[in-house]
Amino acid sequence: MSDRSTLLRVEHLRKVYESQTGDVEAIGDISFTMNAGELVCIVGPSGCGKTTLLKCLAGLLRPTSGLVEMDGAPVTGPSPAMAVVFQEYGRSLYPWLTVRGNVELPLRHKKLSRAERDKLVTDALTAVGLDHAARSHPWQLSGGMQQRVAIARAVAYQPEVLIMDEPFAAVDAQTRADLEDLVRELHSSRNISILFVTHDIDESVYLGERVLVLSKSPTWVQEDLAIDLPPERDQITTRALPRFTQLRTHVYDQIQRAKRGQAVAPQAAR
Amino acid sequence: MTTHPERIAVTRRKPGVGSRIAASFGYALGLPMLLLVIWGLVATRSTSRFFPDPLTIFEAFVDTWVGPAFVEDVLPSLYRLGLGITASIVIGIAAGTVIGLLQWLRELLEPLLEFFRAIPPPVLIPVVMLLLGITDTMKVVVIVSGAIWPILLNTIEGVRATDSVMKETADSFQITWWERLWFLVLPAASPRIMAGVRQGLSVALILMVISEMFASSAGLGYRIAYFQRNYLIAEMWSGILLLGLVGVFLAVVFGLVERRVLRWYHGIREVNRV
Repeated sequence: MSDRSTLLRVEHLRKVYESQTGDVEAIGDISFTMNAGELVCIVGPSGCGKTTLLKCLAGLLRPTSGLVEMDGAPVTGPSPAMAVVFQEYGRSLYPWLTVRGNVELPLRHKKLSRAERDKLVTDALTAVGLDHAARSHPWQLSGGMQQRVAIARAVAYQPEVLIMDEPFAAVDAQTRADLEDLVRELHSSRNISILFVTHDIDESVYLGERVLVLSKSPTWVQEDLAIDLPPERDQITTRALPRFTQLRTHVYDQIQRAKRGQAVAPQAAR
Repeated sequence: MTTHPERIAVTRRKPGVGSRIAASFGYALGLPMLLLVIWGLVATRSTSRFFPDPLTIFEAFVDTWVGPAFVEDVLPSLYRLGLGITASIVIGIAAGTVIGLLQWLRELLEPLLEFFRAIPPPVLIPVVMLLLGITDTMKVVVIVSGAIWPILLNTIEGVRATDSVMKETADSFQITWWERLWFLVLPAASPRIMAGVRQGLSVALILMVISEMFASSAGLGYRIAYFQRNYLIAEMWSGILLLGLVGVFLAVVFGLVERRVLRWYHGIREVNRV
């Protein structure tokens, strides 16, 4: 773990939405770093600006002030080093393309030979267990399978970090457990760095090596918690561990404090 | 890795293709046949010479349109119709895409487009005739001047309404401009575009006829007007019948193209219904 280098650095990120009825400060002051190969979960009370943060990180939104750095270079727009998995899989996949066509689309402008491209697509679809559905259209698949396609598309793009925005919020609980294990599997077997945004406390503890707890809006990082659970995780045994319960209770308390606004922002940051 | 026993939804296909085709033919032709029979019965009892019976019209149809008239009147009309429709679709989609993508251009042009759309194209015929003379070009221009509006306005609306998450997806994966146009903007707008084309087709057929009724000496519209003025009633009806058949032909071709282009769109609707 010591050879992990800094992948993503966020410093004093602030985002204010300007409107005619008055400015809304969505993000107050967020700073954190993420190392290569890490799986970091971001959790916070609803309406705390998680999606805003993620869009700023992915270069889809310009922050009002502050810095986002990827591999030491400032992020000013979407970057090939990042791939986003959106919550609304139904609106993120293109229904007129097949599953294969969707996964292939972002690779078209990469300078790859036909064979290399095909291999990446097939490989990504196999990794999410959908190689049998390559010729189907997304709308022929269940919600969970559609989100797998979106994950395959992101994996085939070969980003340095996979950014996931509440990806499993719209699927049922059983599918959700399968998809969580898929994320763990992709992380451990392919060593993909993942930044996972969620509102689900259990999910954040189960998945993450680190959990960042956000305060309510205007947002800052209320706690940066290392999850010291064994790396081999399992829906039944891991969730039954006393340490799991302790951690989730701790995060739950933090979120409750965040909601009530009891947590005090560090003076240095304000 | 867990296994995924979830099923892939497949659009259903009923058994017995032969009997289904026969049934759909029965439905398609049943009512027209019945109407023909009723018409025949009424026509034999009627004394009015304006309603000849179907057999007379059919004979007139063969006498009038099978032969040189087909080459002299029908083909040129169909040629101009085809040209007008093609030009309307190409210009309508191209201009509509540009206008739909550029907000400032849209705001600039919107009042003007509404104004031009509101003008009934037939009143433009004398003006276009002055500018271009009594030529094929003038007739094609008249067809385009009417048929382009539903295509243009629907394309603008369809392109403008591209889903925001789909656009963000394209942004985040840095899809190039052409890929974005071809794989996102145009397919996303295609249901609206096809709706516009469907309206445009019927407008084009109407304008094909009207453009030939002014100071013309050939063409389907000219022929029908000529028969009317000379009390060639059965021939006139046969021309109207031919126009109807052209309309049906256009609808069938459109249906085939639409089913192919919008296969995904109808598929989604079918899956949602189940």
